[in-house]
Amino acid sequence: MARIFAYIAHKSGIAADSAFELAAAVRKIDAAATPTAILTGWGADLDAACNTLGASYPEVWKIANEVLAYPNAELVRKALQKVLPSNSIVLIAHEHFGIDLAPGLSIKMNSAFVSDVLDIAGVEAAAMKVVRQEFGGQVSTHVRCDTSSGAVLTIRPGAFKSTEIAAGRGHVVDKSGEVGSLTAGRRYLEIVVAEAGDVDITKYNVLVSIGRGIQEKDNVAIALELAEAMGAAVSCSRPVVDAKWMEKSRQVGSSGKTVKPKVYLACGISGAFQHLAGIKGSPYLIAINKNPKAPIFQVADVGIVDDILEFLPELTNKVREMRNVATK
Amino acid sequence: MEILVCVRRVPDTSENEIALNSAGNDIERDELVYSINEPDNYAVEEALQIVAKVGGNVMVATVGGEEDEEVLRREMAMGANHGVLIIDEAFSGSDGRGIATILKAFVQKGHYDLILTGVQAEDGGAQIGGMLAALLDYPFASLVNSIEVLDSQKLKVSREIEGGNKELNEIDLPCVLSIQTGINEPRYVGMRGIRQVASVPIPTFSAAELGIAVSTIGEAAAKVKHVDYFVPSLGKGAEILHGSREENINKVLELVAAKGGLK
Repeated sequence: MARIFAYIAHKSGIAADSAFELAAAVRKIDAAATPTAILTGWGADLDAACNTLGASYPEVWKIANEVLAYPNAELVRKALQKVLPSNSIVLIAHEHFGIDLAPGLSIKMNSAFVSDVLDIAGVEAAAMKVVRQEFGGQVSTHVRCDTSSGAVLTIRPGAFKSTEIAAGRGHVVDKSGEVGSLTAGRRYLEIVVAEAGDVDITKYNVLVSIGRGIQEKDNVAIALELAEAMGAAVSCSRPVVDAKWMEKSRQVGSSGKTVKPKVYLACGISGAFQHLAGIKGSPYLIAINKNPKAPIFQVADVGIVDDILEFLPELTNKVREMRNVATK
Repeated sequence: MEILVCVRRVPDTSENEIALNSAGNDIERDELVYSINEPDNYAVEEALQIVAKVGGNVMVATVGGEEDEEVLRREMAMGANHGVLIIDEAFSGSDGRGIATILKAFVQKGHYDLILTGVQAEDGGAQIGGMLAALLDYPFASLVNSIEVLDSQKLKVSREIEGGNKELNEIDLPCVLSIQTGINEPRYVGMRGIRQVASVPIPTFSAAELGIAVSTIGEAAAKVKHVDYFVPSLGKGAEILHGSREENINKVLELVAAKGGLK
């Protein structure tokens, strides 16, 4: 079995949570593997991050270089090319940095590439069978990947349960000297922090969350009316923001807000994992969608197969009726 | 600026319920509604807006079959100057690396300052742009949600990162960018526009015409292959309410109240 590496993202001296999920994925590929972590960066933050992995990685490769202080995928790729043995299997978290780094790394390593892996279904001498999803999670697929010249896999956040972080510390190997000077055609400038919106959706107990099923901008009013009647706020999924029907500050998901309501009404939302990633604290999830195969029904507590454009106004009327009765 | 946009025709998940075929080796493709891959459409719009500001041409290209011509024509109706169909039986079964290899050969036939792809296809791996850039040794940025042309040598691009934040970068041309949805508002394409480009010839390129070694593409070269498809079972699944709409509404209100929602 080829040597298995996990590229570990880190920030302010602390390894990302995905580090421990990647460790679990390594062990699923090969229970006998000695997972090796690779961290790139610079200075005290990098050294600190190397020591936040507990015993999850018996060996930790450190690549320190001033130009890697901020993770630029092109520079990181060039650094990894220098130190990774050929035929290595490399795991990277499937988030914005992994999407930037991994496909090009697989080309330069001349190895197979599979993105957004949910599970490892089987491993043979020179092949691995992995699970992916397609079509917004409506179907899953087994993909066979020839690992004879190595592989780069990006792993979906949350798909592998983190291993218990055992006390201890991996042996840190300093690989910085093997890298040499690094240059890139892309230069990091700065981070622009998201603007706060008119409504803070993170503060509400109930969210009426709308997706593509709302169909057009004028229909957003249907959700706003229901939310007002219930004392809730309206949030949304990505397609609603892409279409400019609601502001970005209303978006729930990995590229939007993380919310922790008590009740989440998913209205016309298909349930892409990027959206679900923004829903924390296990709220009571009620899904209304006219597509009975929508993936949201796999994760919801209660589901209703109906057209939200008809269902929501009737629900609003009923809420108003109840409130009127209650105040009389 | 000469811009190439790589596009794909895909089953439209907002219009279709995706199901498995009886053999379980593919999705059921009969009667599927196909359309342009959504992020690709944003990429074409972005290219058109850049050209409107700084001049140049927009070329749309796809690797596929004859049926894929319709998406090229759609994007030409939007305003793309040229469409090209890269078509060869030898391409069939290519994995991401194979497709990127084909596109690289096509890129090297022309002269492009900027190459755009959509960030991901419904059945894809968010991989072609990054692979193509690496094959060409061009700089690359993924998840791009704004582009500003600084001069003829470089762009300022922002990438979508976690929490709605943006990462700003300067990137040298020529480069490859994968475009995220929401970067712009793609213009509407009417039937009239599509009719106007209906008879415009769409040139094709084969493996031989692009000088691609057949051993580097297609199923034989693919390191990654689909084995089968199956319906995912995540979690226990929702309890589906089968009552009348009125009964369901009452049940929803009862549940919301019970969970501390309605106060």
